[in-house]
Amino acid sequence: MEAYLDNSATTCLCQTAKEKTVEAINKYYGNPSSLHSLGTASQKQLEAARAAVADSLFCQAEEIIFTNSGSLANNAAVFGAVHALRRRGNRIVTTCVEHPSVYECMASLEKEGFEVIYLKVDKLGRINRSDLMKAVNSKTILVSIMCVNNEVGSIMPVEAAKAAVRAAGAPALIHCDAVQAYGKMPLKPSRMGVDLLSASGHKINGPKGVGILYVRKGVRLAPYVLGGGQEGKIYSGTQPMPAIMGMWGAVEELPNLTEQLAKTRQLRDYFVAEAVKIDGLCINSGDDALPYIVNISLPGHPSQTVLNFLSDRGIYVSGGSACSKGHRSKVLTAMGLPPERIDSALRISFSRFTTKEEIDMLLCGLESAESSLRKKM
Amino acid sequence: MKEVILIKNGELALKGLNRRTFEDVMIKNMRRRLSDLGAVTFTPAQSTIKIEGEDGFDLDEAVERISRVFGIAGFSRALKLDKDFDLVLEQTGSYLEQQLLEAKTFKVAAKRSDKKFPFDSPKICLELGGKLLEQFPHLEVDVHNPELTVMVEVRDRDIFVHANQLKGAGGMPVGTAGKAALMVSGGIDSPVAGWMMAKRGVELTAIHFASPPYTSERAEQKVLDLLKKVARYAGRIELTIVEFTEIQEAIRDKCPEDLFTIIMRRLMVLCAQRIASRSGCGALITGESLGQVASQTMGAIACTDAVADVPVFRPLIGMDKDEIISISRKIDTFDISILPFEDCCTVFTPRHPRTRPKLHDVEAAEAALNVGELVERAIENVRKVVIN
Repeated sequence: MEAYLDNSATTCLCQTAKEKTVEAINKYYGNPSSLHSLGTASQKQLEAARAAVADSLFCQAEEIIFTNSGSLANNAAVFGAVHALRRRGNRIVTTCVEHPSVYECMASLEKEGFEVIYLKVDKLGRINRSDLMKAVNSKTILVSIMCVNNEVGSIMPVEAAKAAVRAAGAPALIHCDAVQAYGKMPLKPSRMGVDLLSASGHKINGPKGVGILYVRKGVRLAPYVLGGGQEGKIYSGTQPMPAIMGMWGAVEELPNLTEQLAKTRQLRDYFVAEAVKIDGLCINSGDDALPYIVNISLPGHPSQTVLNFLSDRGIYVSGGSACSKGHRSKVLTAMGLPPERIDSALRISFSRFTTKEEIDMLLCGLESAESSLRKKM
Repeated sequence: MKEVILIKNGELALKGLNRRTFEDVMIKNMRRRLSDLGAVTFTPAQSTIKIEGEDGFDLDEAVERISRVFGIAGFSRALKLDKDFDLVLEQTGSYLEQQLLEAKTFKVAAKRSDKKFPFDSPKICLELGGKLLEQFPHLEVDVHNPELTVMVEVRDRDIFVHANQLKGAGGMPVGTAGKAALMVSGGIDSPVAGWMMAKRGVELTAIHFASPPYTSERAEQKVLDLLKKVARYAGRIELTIVEFTEIQEAIRDKCPEDLFTIIMRRLMVLCAQRIASRSGCGALITGESLGQVASQTMGAIACTDAVADVPVFRPLIGMDKDEIISISRKIDTFDISILPFEDCCTVFTPRHPRTRPKLHDVEAAEAALNVGELVERAIENVRKVVIN
């Protein structure tokens, strides 16, 4: 038996996603921009997929843009917003624990001369509302705050951004990287008060190669990919139909998110209650974090060692996050954790298919990792 | 139009009676390297080896591979012509067109080893030079410092025309200096050390110590990828992977922390020389550079060498990190070396390793281990991978 507990890195394809992907490969090879009937058939499927994604976010179909990944959606949002509003101001507000696909954009914009404010996080990885209020001034053109942190699962007060922007009278657009939240907790961009929201297909049991960007109606973004003008002229390029239809399948198969969240919370609580019995093990995620992600540390045992040990036993977890292998986690450092906890951190991430058996397997694996890797006295 | 490669031997030309042996090894190495490109013949004559492929032979790829064969000082792509001087006049301009267009000054040089050929060297230069000036009016002749030297070689059977010799990899043909085992961790230094010894004609085998679960499959893959790059120069390499976890855990549990690294290295050498002698190696090779880390101080090296009963070659011993890095970039191993996977040398590293260990202290600490048995178990339990 295997225990795949690295679902925040990526997930397996669910049945409907598989079927839709294969259907697209077999039947919808026409270019959705072609005017003949084969192209039109693809275009109909494309629009149906768009409508399904829009439904899942309680927004309109024309507010959804397909990209090739969550990272590209984040890049398109950040650069698109900043380049559209660059004449109106010079400040960008974000957090110091964003995913690299936002963080690195910020670093690049800093080099272009923008002033980027990185909001600090507390020891559970959350930003503080009053810091946010203070950071936004009238020259702010973008506020980009992730919905759920990818390493520890902390949920950010994204809805506070709108109030901050209003209070400062800023021209800013508000972007939310919801890659880890989408399909796991109910999201409604209009209620969250965001203008832009990114998500990804393969984190919700859809295929790799597709991301989406919600762009609120009326918001103007600078194009990110220039070309044939597809996807609202923001993200040109022939749409990857197999990936898009696969994502549509994954969205169709999503369960009731509130109920699923409660089930996952039970599993998480069970895991945490048992895990803390292991000698030295500490939990780095807060109780109020998204229950799909639990970050733990086994001080004294480097992440990679425990990861290899578990991997040999068919248990798959991640050290920090899969996107930052080999580097000391920025997120855990920002949370002010001591070095020995950072170097021994593991990210356990669940999906709606995760079972109690898998969690028991993990607990058992962690237990034997701790006892067999410990220095023998 | 038939194009061939002409190889100029390096140091080999200086060898006396055993020159043929060296040459034979070099030809064997080249043959192996080019074997999958199709039928190819090697003809040695007068300190030159001619390489000629059948029709459709990928000469560009062959040139690329030949540039990494040790023992070659220089080589040229040449036009092969029948022994008719009119052909030389007719075809040289078009064969060397690109190079002639790019140059401003040139000269023609000729070498006539077939003294029966009706045109002597000065005549060849004069005639061909005049013809080329006619075809490329922008050119000027400069006999002392030309940008391009057009070479005409009149041999017994053919005439060869070429320009500006390419630099070869130098060194000695791999296999002419014996066989040695490279201890490779996955860092920057060991592949460079292997490359340097191969350059001096040493045939390589490699030994890697893996410590699962402390080290991962990726670390092993990294070593394979590094050796693939080295094999482009050194030819076939057989890698032996030794499971080292038990030994490392034993040292951690039973020996003082500050001597961990030095004792580990002694055990590595003990394992390595047993494996090396089995595969007929006469020496070990490591990537140590004096003073780079605590285990590479003079005292530490003395402690390590105390267990070695074969020579340990350390070609990087006097090199700075910068110099090592610049070679690793040249042989294209640097980007692989810096991938961040834990390797056997970084597992359990002590916070304050002893930089001036005394041999008797080390031996006393090591007495807590059953060294013979540990080594025996480790070398019985090895995996082998061949890298071509």
